[in-house]
Amino acid sequence: MQTFPRRLAVAVVTAAVVWFLSVRLTTFRDFQIAEVAIEVTAVAGLTVLTGLSGQISLGNGAFMAIGGYTTALLLLHLNWPFIAALVASAVVTAVAGGIVGVAAARLRGPYLAGATLMLGVALPSLAAAYQGVFGGDQGLNVVFTTPAFLGATFPLTRWQAWVSTMVALVTLVLLANLCYSRTGRNWRAVRDDEVAAALDGVNVAATRVLAFVVSAVCAGLAGSLLAIVTSLVAPGAFTITLSIALLTAAVIGGLGSLPGALWGSLLIVIVPTYVTDVATSHGLSSSVGSNIPIAAYGAVLILVMLVFPQGIQGGLHRLLTLFTGPEPRARIARDAPAPHVAPPADEAPASQHEKEGSA
Amino acid sequence: MVEFLQFTLSGVVFGMIYAAVALSLVLIWRGTRLLNYAQGAMAMFTTFVAIEVIYRTGSYWAGFVVALAAGVVLGAVCQLTVIRPTMNKPPLNAVIVTIGLLTLLEGLAGIFFGGQYRSFPAAFSVTGLKVGGTALGVSRFDVFVVAAVLVTTLALGAAFKYTSAGLRMRAAAFNATIARLSGIRVARVLTVGWALAGLLGALAGVLVSPSTFLYPSSMDAIFVYGFTAAVIGGLDSAVGALAGGLLLGLALSYAGGYLHSGASLVPLVALVILVVVLMVRPDGLFSATQVRRV
Repeated sequence: MQTFPRRLAVAVVTAAVVWFLSVRLTTFRDFQIAEVAIEVTAVAGLTVLTGLSGQISLGNGAFMAIGGYTTALLLLHLNWPFIAALVASAVVTAVAGGIVGVAAARLRGPYLAGATLMLGVALPSLAAAYQGVFGGDQGLNVVFTTPAFLGATFPLTRWQAWVSTMVALVTLVLLANLCYSRTGRNWRAVRDDEVAAALDGVNVAATRVLAFVVSAVCAGLAGSLLAIVTSLVAPGAFTITLSIALLTAAVIGGLGSLPGALWGSLLIVIVPTYVTDVATSHGLSSSVGSNIPIAAYGAVLILVMLVFPQGIQGGLHRLLTLFTGPEPRARIARDAPAPHVAPPADEAPASQHEKEGSA
Repeated sequence: MVEFLQFTLSGVVFGMIYAAVALSLVLIWRGTRLLNYAQGAMAMFTTFVAIEVIYRTGSYWAGFVVALAAGVVLGAVCQLTVIRPTMNKPPLNAVIVTIGLLTLLEGLAGIFFGGQYRSFPAAFSVTGLKVGGTALGVSRFDVFVVAAVLVTTLALGAAFKYTSAGLRMRAAAFNATIARLSGIRVARVLTVGWALAGLLGALAGVLVSPSTFLYPSSMDAIFVYGFTAAVIGGLDSAVGALAGGLLLGLALSYAGGYLHSGASLVPLVALVILVVVLMVRPDGLFSATQVRRV
């Protein structure tokens, strides 16, 4: 059964594995651990938003930017301790998520995708427009050091990996609780049929806005972590490519599934690095070598979607049932990824009910 | 006053390019209920093909025609190979496949054509036209841009309206099941839709590249504004795509010209316009009458 102690146990075991890996592996691998942890935090929020509440967002990179800049400004000007800046970033992005969520509650499918995409494009341009506060294209430097009790020789990247992993795990445990609570059930109800949910007394608008707030907070935490891990916040780190990568990771991993968020994040962090390593070790010229990872990454996205329509987690699930036989129906129904992101009637005129809309 | 005229004219020119991208998105959306995020990358790729042809043959028009033909082929090939298998899967899968296609094409362009910025020739002179000594801020080539998009759009519109192939396409977009029952090969019609969208995208790529340079991600921003224009106009409406493109082109041109810190605020202006339009009409300006959601 999915219970709080069980989730806590999984989190503790994961923390132990990460601790072991971070001590054994190189500095670069530590950096990658931190990268995956950051990615997971943001992707988990998005997979909840899109998979459970049925709202697409192509602009969650904007919330990461808000979290990152909040942390950088607080560390830079007020010398706040990181943990306080992290909490403050969560609060600020919650407010931002609420505002966007209210605007988004009326929009469906591709219209929501278009609005959030434009948000992701437009927000980082504020940094260039207000250079005095946000440091323009160069961005702001973030100073983050290891605490004194670890000793002077403790590698900074390992500490960054630990902090990122801790934040990611706490976020995941809390999200898991939320998803299987009344709130999560309301999200699924609204996603599957708004009218039926409203008839059952669910406040549809508030439920949808809350999903945006939750996903914005996750993205804000991720942005805050990104600031301390890369020691820099700059508009170049929060491009639309980032927002699209987040959605990609969520869908590739298995939409609406928290373990899926981990698989998707691992894939989008590791595949490009791995292919670059292979390309350079074969001595390819730089213009070819630097573009092969991009092309390979695109090909992997297409292949995974064609081979595992339900994402990696869905594929694993199917493999598992081959060995153990089907699980009880109720459990499958609850865990199955969303058949539609939005009910088809939302986007098609009445004559086209048999078609499904997708953003 | 002269300034205003210049901003207006250059807004119209860019608006027509956004409109061409928006129209290609609308074509695919009406047929397959899918937004093609690879549209910009496909246009970038065909424009690279055009530049190679122009270098080899020395003829702009050879490159122009080859680019449009490459757009048709690329659109059809993409639809047949990777899009068609996703049509019976969850809708977001097709979206991710188009994003994968976008990434794949940008990577392949970098491998085959190199990542550096390349300038793209214009068909006509790019020096500004003058009327009685007043500079208009547009060139002969800009006039060609507007004319090319308008002619292509009108030709497509006429084809949809007056040919039997156009009737089949409209029928398939209106109701796939009934169209299939009437003997229309809907799958083939969808491929044709992608091919035509590829043609429009290729046109936009060739027309915009003289003013933006050409590199693997050069069409990303054009795609984003084209997408925004399509959303503003309403994804089901070709007229909406044209109107949305023009509206966005004009607004961004005025913003870039008149605002204090102009260029850097242009994306924010686009966001504000988009949000205002969607708050008033959540399905775009020219969407069909809203069906009550049940």
